[in-house]
Amino acid sequence: MAVLVLIECAEGQVKKSALEVASYGAQVAQALSTIAVAVAIGDINPDALGTLGQQGIQKVYYSNQPEVKNFVPTAYAKVIAQAAETSGATVIILANSNIGTAVGARLAIRLNGSLATNVVSLPEISGNTFTVRRGVFSGKAFADVNLTAERKIIAIKKNTFEVLEQEGTAEIEPISLAFSEADLAGAPQETIRTTGKVLLTEAEVVVSGGRGMRGPENWHLIENLADALGAATACSKPVADVGWRPHHEHVGQTGTTISPNLYIAAGISGAIQHLAGVNSSKVIVVINKDPEAPFFKAADYGIIGDVADVLPKLTEAAKALNQ
Amino acid sequence: MRILVCISNVPDTTTKITFTPDNKNLNTAGVQFVINPYDEYALTRAIELKEAQGGTVTVINVGEADSDANIRKALAIGADEAIRVDAKPADALFVARQIAHYAQEGNYDLILMGKESVDYNGFQVHGMVAELLSLPAIVPAIKLDVNGTAATLEREIEGGKEIITVNLPLVASCQQPMAEPRIPNMRGIMTARTKPLKVVPPVNAESGTVYESYSLPEKKSGVKLIDPANAGELIRLLRNEAKVI
Repeated sequence: MAVLVLIECAEGQVKKSALEVASYGAQVAQALSTIAVAVAIGDINPDALGTLGQQGIQKVYYSNQPEVKNFVPTAYAKVIAQAAETSGATVIILANSNIGTAVGARLAIRLNGSLATNVVSLPEISGNTFTVRRGVFSGKAFADVNLTAERKIIAIKKNTFEVLEQEGTAEIEPISLAFSEADLAGAPQETIRTTGKVLLTEAEVVVSGGRGMRGPENWHLIENLADALGAATACSKPVADVGWRPHHEHVGQTGTTISPNLYIAAGISGAIQHLAGVNSSKVIVVINKDPEAPFFKAADYGIIGDVADVLPKLTEAAKALNQ
Repeated sequence: MRILVCISNVPDTTTKITFTPDNKNLNTAGVQFVINPYDEYALTRAIELKEAQGGTVTVINVGEADSDANIRKALAIGADEAIRVDAKPADALFVARQIAHYAQEGNYDLILMGKESVDYNGFQVHGMVAELLSLPAIVPAIKLDVNGTAATLEREIEGGKEIITVNLPLVASCQQPMAEPRIPNMRGIMTARTKPLKVVPPVNAESGTVYESYSLPEKKSGVKLIDPANAGELIRLLRNEAKVI
């Protein structure tokens, strides 16, 4: 028995969400009186993996074979299933990311396991029940779900769990597998990166604009504040629909769901669909000239004022803070 | 080209979610159900591909008779035929096993659906269907073109996108900017009435999860307003009081 966690890396470095996954896995292992091990796949630097001991991981299996340099769900599932087999894992922890959910679905079939995604709690384990809380109805509610199969697969919501810091170094062991043509079907031929920006789904601070920004020409006000705070930028659905901003920046019920420590909404009225995508942010700031904007009811801090006037003042104050 | 589009019947995105007094079920009183918005992107792209290249679009739903109105809507938008697997969709695994079974029978070139449903937000069914049928799945796809026996897709990744060319058949889960959803026109609504909607029994399948109860998020305690003339004060509060920057 063991708990296995998937470590996602970006450009050789362990992602912050992967540290959350490792820490969560270590806590589950403790509850089950077993050990936590990890598997890292892809464009990784094996030397960077030993420090996962600080998150309570005892051993890290890794594959940086050229076939899995980019994410291919079937090949990744094969490597993870192999690591689960070798370590005797009965619980697998993933990030609730495009990668985590895509392999989670395949592993649920391959390993005959129960899968819960978008999980926001540690499991409650008693007798034959293994229950986790997960976000449903696009952030409007939670469900308590019992995972009934012997193997449990859990994808945890990002920026929801603390990263453990303790003493320790993890042991490292390579996994080498042969991949068939079918394992590698769907591998990308080309990757196009938008460089130099903070990733929206990993960001601790997000600055977001709505129709109240009045036009794409005013977006520098959002970007300047985001730069001063080291934040990612986002937008509301109407803004993406009219083409002021690209669709991948749209947060809300039919866009990206985020849970940063701080969400600053400028000129967004707060339609229920938008709130659904951001309401698990720890602190919400709303800037709107309309005091009746529904978003103020969901906010921790508010400024009733014009974005063109307020945002530069905030940028200036944030810059002063950094000096 | 034979395209299967999986659609889910979900509460309209403007719905204020509440539960029955025992917190075991969604309170559906006054709730309007719609085609899952992400599934609608998949449906629209399927119809566009059919119009450009020929073929058929079949929609499949796992649900009870209350799904029929939205299945008819999918037919009115332009799907050719529909299958409803007559069962309560217990969980993603149960639904995936139903879809995989009928997808295999239909020998489809493309199996499309939304990247998630806006009710259970699982991101699971596409990957499970693909695994059950030993097919590649492109998740989430933001662009899809078909050239003969292969498809070229764009997949959204954190901080960018990937270009993927892969042979048919395949599974893809859709999100914007895949396609602009269409509103059914009068002719579509009329012809939808006579298009085939086949109701089929579920295959024997276990679910992997049991939904025990539901709850609502805690309400915020109230907003602290800051004078716009002194907006910089907000930054100080975020650092010293909220401790988030």
